[in-house]
Amino acid sequence: MALEDLFKVVKDRSMADTKPKTDTKQKKPARGVEIPKGLLFKCPRCGTVVYRDEFERSRSVCTACGYHSRINYRERLEMTADKDTFEELDAGLTSLNPIDFPGYEEKIEELQKSCGMKEAVVTGVCKIHRYKCVIGIMDSNFMMASMGSVVGEKITRAFEYATEHKLPVVLFTASGGARMQEGIISLMQMAKTSGAIARHSEAGQLYVTVMTDPTTGGVTASFASLGDIIIAEPKVLIGFAGRRVIEGTIKQKLPDDFQSAEFMLENGFVDMIVERRIMRPTLSKIFRTHGYTRTEEYRGGAAK
Amino acid sequence: MSSLTATQRLALIREKGRPTVRDYIPALFNNFLELHGDRHFGDDAAIIGGIGMFDSSPVTVIAQVKGRNLDENKHSNFSMPHPEGYRKALRLAKQAEKFHRPVICLVDTPGAFCGIEAEKRGQGEAIARNLMEFMTLKTPIISIVLGEGGSGGALALAVCDELAMLENALYSVISPRGFASILWKDASRESEAAELMKITAEDLLRFGVCEHIIEEPEGGAHIDPGLTTENIAEYISEALPRLKAVPTEELLNRRYDKFRRIGVFAEESGI
Repeated sequence: MALEDLFKVVKDRSMADTKPKTDTKQKKPARGVEIPKGLLFKCPRCGTVVYRDEFERSRSVCTACGYHSRINYRERLEMTADKDTFEELDAGLTSLNPIDFPGYEEKIEELQKSCGMKEAVVTGVCKIHRYKCVIGIMDSNFMMASMGSVVGEKITRAFEYATEHKLPVVLFTASGGARMQEGIISLMQMAKTSGAIARHSEAGQLYVTVMTDPTTGGVTASFASLGDIIIAEPKVLIGFAGRRVIEGTIKQKLPDDFQSAEFMLENGFVDMIVERRIMRPTLSKIFRTHGYTRTEEYRGGAAK
Repeated sequence: MSSLTATQRLALIREKGRPTVRDYIPALFNNFLELHGDRHFGDDAAIIGGIGMFDSSPVTVIAQVKGRNLDENKHSNFSMPHPEGYRKALRLAKQAEKFHRPVICLVDTPGAFCGIEAEKRGQGEAIARNLMEFMTLKTPIISIVLGEGGSGGALALAVCDELAMLENALYSVISPRGFASILWKDASRESEAAELMKITAEDLLRFGVCEHIIEEPEGGAHIDPGLTTENIAEYISEALPRLKAVPTEELLNRRYDKFRRIGVFAEESGI
């Protein structure tokens, strides 16, 4: 292989990282788009190139700088929930086109095929170290997990379900913000979800946010920032305004670590930065401290 | 009712001389006392807060401050609040709850400020906190969009029992310019975006986001600020006693349901 070709592979792989990966071990039906598995992964934070095998063995974490890269909801679920305990809620919700934005339906349909999911968030009930909880996972492969009616409704229903069944909620947030294609309706989802969180909170139940890459915009300005405990994964992007918007306002370049998880910790907006490999025990400790009891049966730990 | 297009209204609300909260507050409220500061960081001039009387009822007023000229705009940061502005708003709202005063929010902002300091002090958290706290605030809240209702920066003062909009006011998820530049990579398609986005008072009434439209004089609020003030006063004097009469628990349930209902989606059953 010529040197140019090697770089081409690296470039393709680093771009492919934002798209769904194919997992041969997966038992679920294969996803629409088949992106061939590459040899290498290039970290978008530090630029280090590592073998993809090695990268995946480390749960899609950069072995050089510790950046916790974007993963799809299936991978997240596999590494978080006890095996075979997940039951999805509200799986049948799909977007319509409230402001008749040209091409919106087609775009959604295309993403449903390529991501193998109906919308940008999957919610359900699962167990983590035998603690029963409501879980929500946002997947940035689906229109940068922007929040439209369906995302807002599923998160609201997840909190309502948790309030009714006296369960804690864990949300893995990732989002580019409000889904502009749905106009003002998307903005209102910020208020709607915050209302459901208020009720869950008033009922004395626990809400843990895990901010993953990237948590921004209207999602940061609503449910992501409202956890009783806010966890962030190392090196992920967290912020309100887009970097380019701010650079445009101040007419200068921002430092690299601006709006990172570490920046948010330093400024007092996250409780802790937790690595993927110890996320389950950390969540389990938090549940225990809040008086939740473990269920009896145990069907094995996380699948991954 | 106004027959202006969204683009025409966009030009109209940016018109020099359109009345701002500096005109409306003294005209609408007696004995107004401005209260400063968020008690954590500082005082944000982009949001004025205070207490006063509307007719014979004490009220808390929280208002976003557009300037009438460049100096005023520099002082109030073109009505783009920092986190401390939203935290001041929350402090005054909680104070209103304690003393059973209704809250009247006057919304007029292009959006929350985007800058380094705003990020460091948690713009996202400040807005999120207001959304959650206003949702369960045990006192009536009325929000009125006077001109621009820009995104989350407007919503942070618009979680309310009733939202009214001046006839030519606009309320949107992002500015039409931002919409065009992000979705079409072409900011010059601003007016096309304005028409597509459905951001006029009539659109929002249809979506159930806004409950009431306040009439403006022909040609816009600036043609006759006195008449515009009278129309706003007429709306408040009708809405305030009506909302005060609702028992708190029911008020909060209705407020929750008002936002709970908003969403457009399909649901397949049996999945």
